[in-house]
Amino acid sequence: MKRKRIESVNDFVIKFANVNGSGSASANELFARAILRMGVPVSPRNIFPSNIQGLPTWYEVRVTEKGWLGRRGGVDLMVAMNPQTWNQDLAEIEPGGYLFYDNTRPLPRSRFRDDINVIGMPLTDICNATYDDSRQRQLFKNIIYVGALAALLDMDAGAIAELIGEQYKGKEKLLKPNLNAMQMGRDYALAHLKCPIGLRVKRADAVGRKIFMEGNSATALGAVYGGATVCAWYPITPSSSVAEAFERYCKRLRVDAASGKNKFAIVQAEDELASIGIVTGAGWNGARAFTATSGPGISLMTEFIGLAYFAEIPVTIIDVQRGGPSTGMPTRTQQSDILSTAYASHGDTKHVLLFPEDPKECFEFTALALDLADRLQTPVFVMTDLDIGMNTRLCDPLEWDDARAYDRGKVMSAEELQAGKEFGRYLDVDGDGIAYRTYPGTHPTRGAYFTRGTTKDRYAGYSEAGPDYVDNMQRLLKKFETAKALVPKPLLSAAQYPARFGAIYFGSTSPAMAEALDALAAMGIYVNALRVRAFPFQDEIADFAAAHSKVFVVEQNRDAQLKALLVNEAHINPASLISVLHYDGTPITARFIVKEIAAITAALNVRPLKKPKAA
Amino acid sequence: MTYLTKPALHHPTLQKNKVGYTRRDYEGKISTLCAGCGHDSISAAIIQACWELDIQPHRVAKLSGIGCSSKTPDYFLGASHGFNSVHGRMPSVLTGANLANRELIYLGVSGDGDSASIGIGQFAHIMRRGVNLTYILENNGVYGLTKGQFSATADAGSKSKRGVVNRDAPVDTVSLALQLGASYVARSFSGDKKQLVPLVKGAIAHQGAAFIDIVSPCVAFNNHEGSTKSYDYVREHNDSVNRLDFWPTREAINVEYPEGAVIDVAQHDGSILRLRKTHPEYDPLDRVKALNYIAEHQAKGELVTGLLYIDPDADDLHAHLNTVDTPFNRLGEKELCPGSTALEKLNAALR
Repeated sequence: MKRKRIESVNDFVIKFANVNGSGSASANELFARAILRMGVPVSPRNIFPSNIQGLPTWYEVRVTEKGWLGRRGGVDLMVAMNPQTWNQDLAEIEPGGYLFYDNTRPLPRSRFRDDINVIGMPLTDICNATYDDSRQRQLFKNIIYVGALAALLDMDAGAIAELIGEQYKGKEKLLKPNLNAMQMGRDYALAHLKCPIGLRVKRADAVGRKIFMEGNSATALGAVYGGATVCAWYPITPSSSVAEAFERYCKRLRVDAASGKNKFAIVQAEDELASIGIVTGAGWNGARAFTATSGPGISLMTEFIGLAYFAEIPVTIIDVQRGGPSTGMPTRTQQSDILSTAYASHGDTKHVLLFPEDPKECFEFTALALDLADRLQTPVFVMTDLDIGMNTRLCDPLEWDDARAYDRGKVMSAEELQAGKEFGRYLDVDGDGIAYRTYPGTHPTRGAYFTRGTTKDRYAGYSEAGPDYVDNMQRLLKKFETAKALVPKPLLSAAQYPARFGAIYFGSTSPAMAEALDALAAMGIYVNALRVRAFPFQDEIADFAAAHSKVFVVEQNRDAQLKALLVNEAHINPASLISVLHYDGTPITARFIVKEIAAITAALNVRPLKKPKAA
Repeated sequence: MTYLTKPALHHPTLQKNKVGYTRRDYEGKISTLCAGCGHDSISAAIIQACWELDIQPHRVAKLSGIGCSSKTPDYFLGASHGFNSVHGRMPSVLTGANLANRELIYLGVSGDGDSASIGIGQFAHIMRRGVNLTYILENNGVYGLTKGQFSATADAGSKSKRGVVNRDAPVDTVSLALQLGASYVARSFSGDKKQLVPLVKGAIAHQGAAFIDIVSPCVAFNNHEGSTKSYDYVREHNDSVNRLDFWPTREAINVEYPEGAVIDVAQHDGSILRLRKTHPEYDPLDRVKALNYIAEHQAKGELVTGLLYIDPDADDLHAHLNTVDTPFNRLGEKELCPGSTALEKLNAALR
């Protein structure tokens, strides 16, 4: 029987199974970048454990000339470098797919599958013969397999050499051995293995001006461009790299040239309570400040978030969402903090949430969040997740309009106070629910006030009177209404033909959804899709739901949190909403969405010929 | 407490300080605390200190947590911005405020529950970071607003008003502050204004983390026999190591003291602290010795008061972070936004 062989150019999934801490990450990223250099889009994903060294880690690269950047599911070529996960890795390969492994130690036939193509290369032998140092043997093994893959996939070796050259520019000591290792792997493969295999990378022109960036870096850069000066944070995966990238960018872009002093302050606080406290204090005093955290950090911050809501203090919070508490699943992705942020804290609270889909929107929405926090004098959340935050994603280049001025909101100046302008800290003079504030130290005799949570009148006087409390709470609702017009509007992707089905989705589901809509259309299932980009929800969202007989709400959590919020806040009829939920910690795939929606639509389309009569 | 409203008009002959304010300009709203509360004496000392230091009231930001002590910022410096924040979390809010505008004077007011119980973590870390502030702990060993529970500074063996004996060891905030790197550490008693006012002035002038633990009897819940934070107990066990005189600038000091009985400490802002020693062996410039001295006397049941430690060369969080001189809250897009050209370069590096 002839073995099936997957044949595909510029459209396949390759997965690297490695041991955490073995230096594989940079080699794998080199591989992905080399394909990009050949003009073919890739979408890589880290699947990593809560561990520094020793546990399994995977790096999955989707090669996709069509530009489908969501996770596809399934693996066409497995680079199996971790004996611990051999069985599970082997099982994941599609029939007709390929297995690349280190055959230094022969394995019995029973350890393989009959329906895949096995490529063995004695990587350990090659390394042991070439290098004396054990660390070198380990590190260069990764580069050697990248070289071999270049030959197997018919890649442009020049693209890899070019990248190695850029990476080790000025470090000749490292440049040469890396180039040699790559070449060694390539030569071995060309001499001893059947090259190329059925999967091939062919130069294309599908990348264009796009950039390749991690969401967390883009978020950090958004904070730099948006004018954040204070960052207080506490390390937590998957958000730590936001603060670290902020520091990196600030050192490059925010040091005063004349004095050598910093136009930023970064405090690694003792916990999330202190992080949000520092941000609250800075916001109260007129500096733009943010913190970056994840679900458990949000839980710890909720008391302060409530205070900032009631005391009306600008606060920007980046929530890079992950699986729940403790350790383990937290290095996997989810969209499971929607409700805990929307209603964070005690008392009646509602918060502004922004849902970016990729690094470009991480950049834009973070800068916007700093404006919105000042304008609305309230906490604003940027809701990313591990999938966007910690993976390098291809996206449109970042843009900034130099004419853009920061919106510092309603801040009364010393001149206005001096001129006798009436100041009431909680006085709604413009009818939009937003009152004027003053920065401490503005004027010797006017504009000072005492900040409290609740218990105040319009002039910030102490009041426990019920009518004063209600008056203030109603104004806060009005302010939330004002927010609707300021947050990003939902974006519609209309189906090619009139559709009775709609789909609502947000955030990192975006690329998988785009691909799923395409696949569904090919099956004759037409779905209009609306990408929600913010809470509070604009009227367009309820209108969209009303215009369709059924609306799928696609999200990456168990409890259909966005759906709950849509029912509660946009007053959408729950009977019209059907949840499509993915929450196993892996990023949602187009295959999953297609399967779910196709099954449900098939069931909905089956109608009995005769309606059963009521008994 | 009193229900009389304060007259808005001042007597025309009230004495003015160098910046043109009378002492009454530093007052706040009428206190709603119990009559005789030690906290009100502390508010009065703060008012006195700020007036004597010629500080413009609006250049002070006063922040607090939650509790009786944390209500007091409403009762002094009415022309200053105040922030009644979250229980035990004043230090973080103040840290953020301080980062936003380094030019203001920061006064953190807290209580023993706020600082030693719920807020001991934030208390510890603000001392570690050296935030430039005056941290005033109004220490009565008891929860007032919730009616008389022990706090973490209550001494082991002390008795509550209801007769319950506290068995837990007390947190000594002064020793903690010393260990954690505070650069101005003092302890005083709300009933000793002569000692307290110069200590507050010295703390405000100090350019670093200044901490004053002020034992402040709670007349409602902790002023009975068996309490170690009552007026009578503290008066009896108070052991002052020095008396502080404060000179705001480096003027010639024309007061004569016997040889060896004084130490002059010049602070960064030019002010001079003159310490009249009441215990000749006590050295307030030595952190380790100070810790030992406090521990030894504590073991004997004595409450050591005075300026316990000062590092005249202290710096603060802004120095550690090397921040620009202009307050952050005055920087706009011109100073902060790198612009589209820089962004284009960043884009290019990401291809």
